Amino acid sequence: MTQVLDKPAELAVTTSPAERTARRKALLEWVAVHALGVAAALFFVLPFVFVFLTSLMSDSQALSRDLIPHTWEWGNYKKVFDTPGFLTWWKNTLLYAGAGTVLSVVSSIPVAYALAKFRFRGRNLSLMLVISMMMLPPQVVIIPMYLFWAKQLDLSGTLWPLIIPMAFGDAFTIFLLRQFLMTIPNEYLDAAKVDGCGDLRTLLKVVLPMARPGIAAVALFQFFYAWNDYFGPQIYASENPGAWTLSYGLESFKGAHHTDWNLTMAATVLVMAPVILVFFFAQKAFVEGVTLTGVKG
Amino acid sequence: MSTVTLASKRRRSALRTLAFMSPWLIGFGVFFAYPMISTVYFSFMHYDGFKPPTWSGTKNWTYVFENYPLFWPALRNTLWLVVVMVSLRVAFGLGVGLLITKIKTGTGVFRTLFYLPYLAPPVAATMAFAFLLNPGTGPVNSILEKVGIPAPGWFNDPAWSKPALTLLALWGIGDLMVIFMAALLDVPKEQYEAAELDGASAWQRFRFVTLPNISPIVMFAVVTGVIAAMQSYTQPLIAGKVASGVIQGAGTQFEPGYPDKSTLTLPQLVYNLGFQRFDYGSACVVALVLFVLSMVFTAFLMRRRGGLIQAGD
Repeated sequence: MTQVLDKPAELAVTTSPAERTARRKALLEWVAVHALGVAAALFFVLPFVFVFLTSLMSDSQALSRDLIPHTWEWGNYKKVFDTPGFLTWWKNTLLYAGAGTVLSVVSSIPVAYALAKFRFRGRNLSLMLVISMMMLPPQVVIIPMYLFWAKQLDLSGTLWPLIIPMAFGDAFTIFLLRQFLMTIPNEYLDAAKVDGCGDLRTLLKVVLPMARPGIAAVALFQFFYAWNDYFGPQIYASENPGAWTLSYGLESFKGAHHTDWNLTMAATVLVMAPVILVFFFAQKAFVEGVTLTGVKG
Repeated sequence: MSTVTLASKRRRSALRTLAFMSPWLIGFGVFFAYPMISTVYFSFMHYDGFKPPTWSGTKNWTYVFENYPLFWPALRNTLWLVVVMVSLRVAFGLGVGLLITKIKTGTGVFRTLFYLPYLAPPVAATMAFAFLLNPGTGPVNSILEKVGIPAPGWFNDPAWSKPALTLLALWGIGDLMVIFMAALLDVPKEQYEAAELDGASAWQRFRFVTLPNISPIVMFAVVTGVIAAMQSYTQPLIAGKVASGVIQGAGTQFEPGYPDKSTLTLPQLVYNLGFQRFDYGSACVVALVLFVLSMVFTAFLMRRRGGLIQAGD
């Protein structure tokens, strides 16, 4: 933090009075901007800090108004792991997120490629429908979908109703990948064609290697979508605790430990931590993904 | 001869398109078109999931609009979130975006810190805020009282529960910050230099150079924000559940929208009607209201300025 507040070296050098006032103004602006920056940083970071500190308090202290733990109860984390079901939630979440990500990315790639690079009648209409599906709240079709999975296929109490649809292209993944593939110049595709590549070979050998950053971005988004999903597991898995995911289980955890803020916050930290860890390893892909969501067509 | 090859070429290219599009075409039919039609169908049926559905005409519709005590509060709450939460989110996101482009030292550190909350899983983030803003033991009210500011009841007070949800939404501003930052860095430098030569003040430069250049992004943020606000589900539900202190599975029924219906949103009604009251027909009516509202804004997103999301060449 101290390094952040160091002033730039060039501000120290002074010459003429006019330049000096300009420098002083620049310095003032620098101070104001960084003060605001620190204030904003506190707003964004303090919630994490308080959650973490509370997760290390003793049971009785968590019910007081103290901000800092008297004794550091690292055993709280062990207690959370020992809670029946907690490890199952991890396993289920990894299954849902892992299988869902692989299926949705693999099935969305050819669709996104066609929408980005093929010229065909109904292409714009298809794209509009993809965007509409992306914008549609899941609640709109949940009644017939639930009846279909639960009553006709008897799959309620499992995560399959959430995983299987991912094998048929996910609207958000298709849209983001299409945005990314649009940026690959057509010349590469033409060159591949001249060399005698068919469409599939062009996609696999030429386009996919170039699309790696885009694929990494959508895979991350898809993974975190499943990680964060509450509504899906609530609808399909709630009746069977053996199929709960972290997001759904965390809420019920609070129900079972309704006075234990320390354990609840320790569990919260454990649900947040993997996301933040992955972010530090894949920052570029995240930012790439966020910029793809909007802006340039 | 050449017309034959042209026709077969066309057929081949149509087949190729069909093959590449097929995962989505199947998905579209099974997971979108068919359930959409079913939703309309069920909205005119009486169906509890056990006895076969029977035709009930517009009964579900009149029930939802006239007799279901939660519909209008939920619609009002949703509109509150759409108007207040979205405008604050866009303003704050733009503010943070501007700030990060001005920060010259430790930019990477600041950017990461500002971005992190966006990644927090919604359930975890809401539980964290329900704890932080807990009127009894929460650190925020402890601090507020220490400095002598009257502390609000946040998620336990109907007047403060939506502002508390808004605060949570402002905390997760990271995605908007990144989008605004990218747009701000794209504004041509010459325009600022020209404005400065003309003696434009900082505010004038923002108003007449920055804003016009980034207005498509502002509009994009507004429309996608509106669509997201209309879909608010997890955060208000979890906030209400945690604040009400309901214990799951202990025979206590959670009062939807705690406190006093103030956190009810339209998607929650679909769940309440369909999966708690087993009135699938009325749930489909609410689902259709949600559908129409979402599609109005999505159409706006696609048509505005020749399409905020362009169809391409």
